[in-house]
Amino acid sequence: MNKDNALTEQPTYYEEVVNKGYSRRDFVKFVSIMTAFIGLEQSAIGQVAKALETMPRMPVIWLHFQECTCCSESFIRSSHPIVADILLDKISLDYTETLMAASGTQAEAALRNTMAKYKGKYLLCVEGSVPLGADGVYCMIGGKTSLQILEEVAEGAAAIIAWGSCASNGCVQSAKPNPTQATPIHKIIKNKPIIKVPGCPPIGEVMAGVIVHYLTFGRIPELDRLGRPKAFYNKRVHDTCYRRPFYDAGLFVETFDDENAKKGYCLYKVGCKGPTTYNACAVTKWNGGTSFPIQAGHPCIGCSEENFWDNGRLYDRASVFSGFGIESSADDLGKIALGGTLAAVAVHAVATNIGKSKLIHEHEAEGKESEKELE
Amino acid sequence: MANKYLHIPRLRRVYVWELPVRFYHWLNAAVIIALIITGFYISNPLALMSNKDASHQYIMGWVRYIHFAAAYLFFFNFLFRLYWGFVGNKYANWKQFIPTSKRFFQEMWKVFKIDILMLKKNGQQQDHLSIGHNAMAGFIYFLTFLAFLVQCLTGFGLYAGMSTWWLPRLFAWVPAIMGGDIITRQVHHWSMWFFILFAVIHVYLVFYHDYVEGRGEISSMGGGWKFIEEDVFKKNLHQTPNPEKTNDKK
Ligand code: HEM
Ligand code: HEM
Ligand code: SF4
Repeated sequence: MNKDNALTEQPTYYEEVVNKGYSRRDFVKFVSIMTAFIGLEQSAIGQVAKALETMPRMPVIWLHFQECTCCSESFIRSSHPIVADILLDKISLDYTETLMAASGTQAEAALRNTMAKYKGKYLLCVEGSVPLGADGVYCMIGGKTSLQILEEVAEGAAAIIAWGSCASNGCVQSAKPNPTQATPIHKIIKNKPIIKVPGCPPIGEVMAGVIVHYLTFGRIPELDRLGRPKAFYNKRVHDTCYRRPFYDAGLFVETFDDENAKKGYCLYKVGCKGPTTYNACAVTKWNGGTSFPIQAGHPCIGCSEENFWDNGRLYDRASVFSGFGIESSADDLGKIALGGTLAAVAVHAVATNIGKSKLIHEHEAEGKESEKELE
Repeated sequence: MANKYLHIPRLRRVYVWELPVRFYHWLNAAVIIALIITGFYISNPLALMSNKDASHQYIMGWVRYIHFAAAYLFFFNFLFRLYWGFVGNKYANWKQFIPTSKRFFQEMWKVFKIDILMLKKNGQQQDHLSIGHNAMAGFIYFLTFLAFLVQCLTGFGLYAGMSTWWLPRLFAWVPAIMGGDIITRQVHHWSMWFFILFAVIHVYLVFYHDYVEGRGEISSMGGGWKFIEEDVFKKNLHQTPNPEKTNDKK
């Protein structure tokens, strides 16, 4: 990031860390952890440390729209305290509805201030989806709709991070029939680099990693086709799951209370979406590496995948078709169609023998005649 | 009595399905059956009653392995058939699958009247029109080829995420535009049913044509021959669903 005047007024991250009372040792530990999370080699530790030592703190505006704040919650629980203290602390965030001390006019003033002072330089983080229904009345702050706020603030942002499934995909509030028309960020803002960090919530370390990467290199991390950072979303949970040997062997938990569940077999048949979900859960794990859903005996629900809330059931692998009265599985419909087809074929066979009897009998007679003539 | 059937004309042998088409057909049928069986297993594996350690078995692994191996065969076989649609004989030509002319639609309607409604003409029961596949069959095969395409796109799209080879990775855009692997996998599962229903109807109709027309329909996919009556042949009554190039006869 270039050091122009507005930014140099800001202290560097390292200065902030020292001011907060952390030792150099803590700082280096933090840098090492972050470097590993971003998926960089050990040799890059120096680069990351240097960036945090010399770069002025990047102004961050963090907007909250239709969401449950689980992303923020996850973030402040990431393993290293510096993450919460420096990256998310009120000093670091120039504006965030949930954590800032100011309120009302003061808060609005702080927002305007940051937007004006650091135009084109600040990082915009968005938590939550934007409701477009009923002219946006479902989520308004300070008399403005989410859409207005987002468009104004995005205007001067250097880049946007869409935190969580809400901002990346719409999440549960956009589930059918999506009454508020909850809309993810990338469908609204088209002219800014957007990093999607899906998950409900995303893993705290992943969130910190995305920010640190941006700080270190001054540009957004490498993204996959869906706009997610490759370092964290390029593998399926299934490909890194420690229960995978049971999957390959064909040993599955059939019900949650069976013997197989005790033995820790694969959760595929109780609905695990690990095979279709791209996330770092099985590697980074949660709450400072303590565990992750599958380790706790619960199938992955695919919370970082688009439409996971409408695509099928949580505890069943069968794909469902709603709208047939009851939710019937695709295979039920298939079996009905197969039965219908077999019945139709049988009817047709009978009809053929009746309707085309003359033709068939002629062939038969001719054939028999030839048979006789052949001695 | 012996002379009663002398009016029945001699049958003339026509080479309809060339060896590559026959080879394609049976390889295709075999791998599709394998893909359906393994696909069902993948979607809902059996509850194994086994005390063996996971390290001593690899059931799901093998089933998936067969699915993917069959998938590659299926894919290349499919590509080959597309190629043969440009270089093969007139019955294998791609034009006989895609309704582009009035004649094609007229014949589809005729087939519908004769084979489904079983209408009579001048009090006569009617039989065949085409010596290759008829227009209706051709059109259904066209839909089948589209289903092949859907299955290859979604299948390789899912496979891209677990492969390091460039070929499947070419399909990585499929789940991206469909909105993720979950929905891609469901579409892959649903379209399997098309193949099952197609196979039932297809096999039935092959038997039906053989039975009603007596021209060697079933065995045509074995030896390649079908047979038509001399007078039909002479009067050039048979046709292909779509007109061929004008410099060809008829
Ligand atoms: C006629 C053709 C095919 C049929 C009927 C078929 C059927 C199926 C079915 C039923 C499933 C299980 C889906 C579920 O979990 O609900 C499946 C999975 C799958 N199929 Fe196919 N398939 C076909 C062709 C292909 C092709 C051409 C590929 C290309 C590589 C492919 C790759 C896959 C993959 C990657 C999976 C997911 C397996 C896993 O992640 O464990 N399939 N298939
Ligand atoms: C007992 C089993 C089968 C027999 C006797 C059989 C026979 C035939 C015959 C005679 C044709 C030429 C059709 C025509 O004249 O219109 C044909 C075409 C075809 N069959 Fe089958 N079939 C069998 C099973 C299958 C299966 C299981 C599949 C795949 C699901 C399949 C796929 C096709 C396709 C795609 C064509 C079009 C061939 C082309 O022109 O490339 N068949 N089959
Ligand atoms: S528990 Fe889920 S992610 Fe783990 S191996 Fe089984 S299906 Fe895959």
